[in-house]
Amino acid sequence: MDTLLVLPILIPLATAALTLIAARALRIQRALSFAGMASLLITGVVILLHVDEHGIAVAQAGGWAAPYGITLVADRLSALLVTAAGVVGLATTVFTGFSLDRRRERASFYPLLNVLLMGVCGSFLTGDLFNLYVCFEVMLMASFVLLTLGGTRAQLEGGLKYLILNLVSSAIFLTAGGLLYRAVGTLNMADIAEQVAAYPDTGLMDTLAMLFLVAFGLKAAMFPFFFWLPASYHTPPPVVSAVFAGLLSKVGVYALLRTFTMMFTGHLAFTHTVLAVLACATMIAGVLGAVAQMEIRRILSFQIVSSIGFLILGLALMSKIALAGAVFYLLHNIVVKTNLFFLAGVIEKLRGHGDLRRLGGLWRERPVLSVLFLVSALSLAGIPPLSGFWAKLVLLRAGLEGEWYWAIGIAVVVALLTLYSMTKIWALAFWKDAPPNEFAFTGRERDVREKSARRAMLPVVALTVVTVAIGFLAGPIFEMALATAEQLLDPSQYVTAVLGGVS
Amino acid sequence: MVWILISLVVAALFAPLVTRLAGRSCGRVLALVPAAACAWFATRIPAVAAGERLVEPVAWAPSLGVSADLALDGLSLVFALLVTGIGALTMVYARGYIGNDPRLGRLNATLLVFMTAMLGLVLSDDLVTAFVFWELTSVSSYLLVGYDHANPKARAAALQALLITGAGGLCLLCGVILIGSVGGTYSVAELVASGDVLRESSLYLPILLLVLGGCFTKSAQLPFHFWLPGAMAAPTPVSAYLHSATMVKAGVYLLARLSPALGGTDEWLALLVSFGAATMVYSAVVAFFQTDMKRILAYTSVSALGTLVMLLGIGTADAAAAATAYLIVHALYKCALFHVAGIVDHECGTRDVDRLGRLSRAMPITCVAACLAVLSMAGLPPFLGASAKSLVGHAEHALHMGPVEWAAMLTVLMTFAVGALLVWRTFFGRRDGEDLPKHPHEAPIDLWFSPLLLGSLGLVLGFFWGPLAHHLLEPAAAAIAPGVAPELHVHATAGAYALKAALAAVGLALYVKRRPVVRALRLWSVLAWFGPERFYDRGLVAIEWVARAVTRRLQSGSLRTYLAIVLASTMVLAGYPLLKNGVPLPPSGSFDIRVHEAAIVLAMVLATVFVMATSSRLAAIAALGIVGAGMSVTFLFFGAPDLAKTQLAIETLSVLLFLFILYRLPPLRQLSTRLQVWRDVVLSITVGGFFALLVWGLTSVDGASRLSPFFAENSLALGKGHNVVNVILVDFRGIDTMGEITVLAVAALGVLGLMRVHVRERSAS
Repeated sequence: MDTLLVLPILIPLATAALTLIAARALRIQRALSFAGMASLLITGVVILLHVDEHGIAVAQAGGWAAPYGITLVADRLSALLVTAAGVVGLATTVFTGFSLDRRRERASFYPLLNVLLMGVCGSFLTGDLFNLYVCFEVMLMASFVLLTLGGTRAQLEGGLKYLILNLVSSAIFLTAGGLLYRAVGTLNMADIAEQVAAYPDTGLMDTLAMLFLVAFGLKAAMFPFFFWLPASYHTPPPVVSAVFAGLLSKVGVYALLRTFTMMFTGHLAFTHTVLAVLACATMIAGVLGAVAQMEIRRILSFQIVSSIGFLILGLALMSKIALAGAVFYLLHNIVVKTNLFFLAGVIEKLRGHGDLRRLGGLWRERPVLSVLFLVSALSLAGIPPLSGFWAKLVLLRAGLEGEWYWAIGIAVVVALLTLYSMTKIWALAFWKDAPPNEFAFTGRERDVREKSARRAMLPVVALTVVTVAIGFLAGPIFEMALATAEQLLDPSQYVTAVLGGVS
Repeated sequence: MVWILISLVVAALFAPLVTRLAGRSCGRVLALVPAAACAWFATRIPAVAAGERLVEPVAWAPSLGVSADLALDGLSLVFALLVTGIGALTMVYARGYIGNDPRLGRLNATLLVFMTAMLGLVLSDDLVTAFVFWELTSVSSYLLVGYDHANPKARAAALQALLITGAGGLCLLCGVILIGSVGGTYSVAELVASGDVLRESSLYLPILLLVLGGCFTKSAQLPFHFWLPGAMAAPTPVSAYLHSATMVKAGVYLLARLSPALGGTDEWLALLVSFGAATMVYSAVVAFFQTDMKRILAYTSVSALGTLVMLLGIGTADAAAAATAYLIVHALYKCALFHVAGIVDHECGTRDVDRLGRLSRAMPITCVAACLAVLSMAGLPPFLGASAKSLVGHAEHALHMGPVEWAAMLTVLMTFAVGALLVWRTFFGRRDGEDLPKHPHEAPIDLWFSPLLLGSLGLVLGFFWGPLAHHLLEPAAAAIAPGVAPELHVHATAGAYALKAALAAVGLALYVKRRPVVRALRLWSVLAWFGPERFYDRGLVAIEWVARAVTRRLQSGSLRTYLAIVLASTMVLAGYPLLKNGVPLPPSGSFDIRVHEAAIVLAMVLATVFVMATSSRLAAIAALGIVGAGMSVTFLFFGAPDLAKTQLAIETLSVLLFLFILYRLPPLRQLSTRLQVWRDVVLSITVGGFFALLVWGLTSVDGASRLSPFFAENSLALGKGHNVVNVILVDFRGIDTMGEITVLAVAALGVLGLMRVHVRERSAS
């Protein structure tokens, strides 16, 4: 078991090292990265099956018993997310080969991508608060370099905002971690959960909970900490946006899920009300931002913010069905959001930009691309029978059954506005004819771009199939989500698995 | 039945290919699938009439409480026959109407997807599954209304239809979820069987309102009706099929379906009858003021939908049977009239009734079809419309509500006027001199086949009222209002005939005096200015405006504002529990501080203030160095020499690096206003003070690391190292160090990348 849980961290690290060595041979880098991501995906599935059958899996790094060493833990949530990360990583690797300009691709793109995945998987698996911080740093550094790779003006400006705001999050995370360590004397998350529950001063724990909420909420792009996301996600090449959209902010959501279902559950009336209010504000701010934009990737970036609000709402409701809804939504959103950014990438490849005012005519010229976009866009907007619908259905049901009518009212309006902003892309980029004197690629450049756009459709088709499949297999996947939610709501499983008989 | 749905989906998938291969006859080829489905449903008529309910269990998502069970009862059967039968005719007509347009393949595919969705909706027993199909009909309607996608008006109409029905859909979804929570199941059959559970629930009124929100938007009831005339931007075959014969009746269907579970209450009666009657009479009047044939037909469709909703509101078995009869009649004649309008538009180049006239000679077959349809619409015997209207009249009369009867009479009157306008004016009326855009001639068979067939059906079925009533109306009525058998014998009295003749006379008089009447009632257009459509337009503009305003404020682009918001929010969130529960202040006795400690603290504070004030970058860096050095000395005082050493090394290095980089940069400038400066000062002091207080408070209470003793004890014994810190770094917590090393490596890659990789920004982006 020990080796299995280390693999999602080691495989990307090793791949990163190997691709760095093969820096001059692009083909070998591609093949290595593909193989690495594929093995990551397989490892994720194996862990998932293992956890599903035998319960929570634990590995003590270096053989040091918890809570003294660093513990790696895989419950259903972690295993599901590692698998999802594998899917996104694999799709991204393929998409990179077909879409990224050579200069960037050569400039250590694959090592960085793999290090990013290492940080992501490490965050999902670690059972240690400080190690989570380290994983966040790995992610932050890798993502910052990916974001600015190429060094265009827009990238640097967005990258700076991204970095500084995320460093604030790191600083708050570290401070809060230090304070918590002082208070409860341990860094192991399972141990923390027990100690916090027994801590006498609940006011102090509420304060620490809020500090973690800020630190993770910033990572997740929650209101009012989301500014870095719309400021930066449209600036790098689309493939970078896609992997960020799929994974980065979701790690923040994961950390919030972990923290607020396991560590700080003593004062739900305060913590989870704050979460609910901020979740609704996040939805509104995100969807309004999406409505206000006129560029595809900017719209999609704000949509990420809005969907984070939906996810946090699931956490705030804190019932079994609500958490299951959040897990379902998380999986759905990872796939669909990545795919939509891929599609934006294909459009930008074909037309050179993603400005809706200057785009048009795609429905006439590219029916296949159009249908693929439509499927993902409708899925995001929660139109049945696609994956987004079931996520929406479950969350609405959780809210209505929990009698959170005001939150559900907001969620419904946001859902409608989401649909509205997606139809805007459809109407302006696909239905409308391109403006008459709009610049268009010609000759060889056009052929090259068309060819790579055609190839880049491969991962798009694959992820679209996944979206549709999630929709039709909603039953079994929701069962899995329910089991995940059960585990989350009963942290004693996690604690026992990690600490065994120690405490 | 599952196979029918699957074969329709398959047909949709292959429709573009078939369209390309089969060319001219693609419509007829594709029509075979729905025609076969229609035939299959027709063979089920006897079984259903005998009271059977055919069920096909299909598992879907049991963990969600959702199944895809299909069920066929009297109500579903009527709808299924209409959807597949008219669907087949639509496929044929669409090819004739659209011609050789390259978009025909996609149109055919979307039409078949819609057909699947509509059929799925009327066959689903599970409300969630029904909702899935319900939304699919909205989406396919969106795509079909926007068929002429280069035209901004078509796009706006498509969006309008989608948003109105989408908003209703969300209401309906919430309603369905509440029904599931209250009733414990999404299965309609089980809900109906469980009797008054929903009606007695405290959530009954919210459920009813939410469901009505969905049904009224879909079925274009006042005040949501306006999207339907707008949806006439769709090609005529689509308008005929979706926006008259089938999709808009989805709301009516669902009301009928849920009527045994939700209906029969005072609220139900009041809401449905008032909205239905108001819609019925309002649209019947407005139709008369239109000149575009399709808009006239659209308003009469809205009026018919109002009638149906009103009948369902009345809720008796008689009313249910009347609703079913009227539903069938309306689908037949309205689809035929739409097809006629399409033919006229296709062959003359316009469908403005004021420009048309005297087409009977040029288009004899179309004229016959139009006459058959409009006579059924007027409800003249022996047409089927006569019997249906008579049932409707009885149901209305049985309600004993004066206003409803007056509204019904006005509607009948307007129907005559509008019917005359549509058919008499177009085919026999005087043409006002000017030439039509095209020279009118008879349409090809693909076009006139369907209206002629539908029109004739209205006549033929009129002679078979008895069997029709027994085989279709009774089973359907039994599904809507179970328990009581409806009275289906049509017994018209002389008084009723006289009244009808009088209404017809007034209606026709109104038609004859149309121009003066229209001119006299111009005020209507002023009223429309305050109407719901304007509300929708204004709302859309307002949403865009609010979105831009909010986003401009929040996502201002200023990093400093972002930081201020983040920090201020942190203070509010984290400070609130402290203020509420009391700050964990250190005990008063612990405040013993020595002179050299105070001196270092003072130096650090002064250096910090200096950093803020100076305009020289170099001086600022040097001052920062003082802060760092002070920190290292502090570490030294409190017994952490290794930390102090590390901190000092880092401070020295960063000051040096900063020097290299900042050497060439211009001096710092004060760009902030005084207000901003003070805001930042207050915020910074608050944040710093907050954390200082928190640390102070926490360090002064008892509490010890549970890890340190273990590390101290086992460092040498198990970790084989004398330096505990080293053993922690490379052994106890080795993974952390691995991660940090990776961070350093990535940072190096980043520096390399920033220095060496510069992608030129493209002119296009």
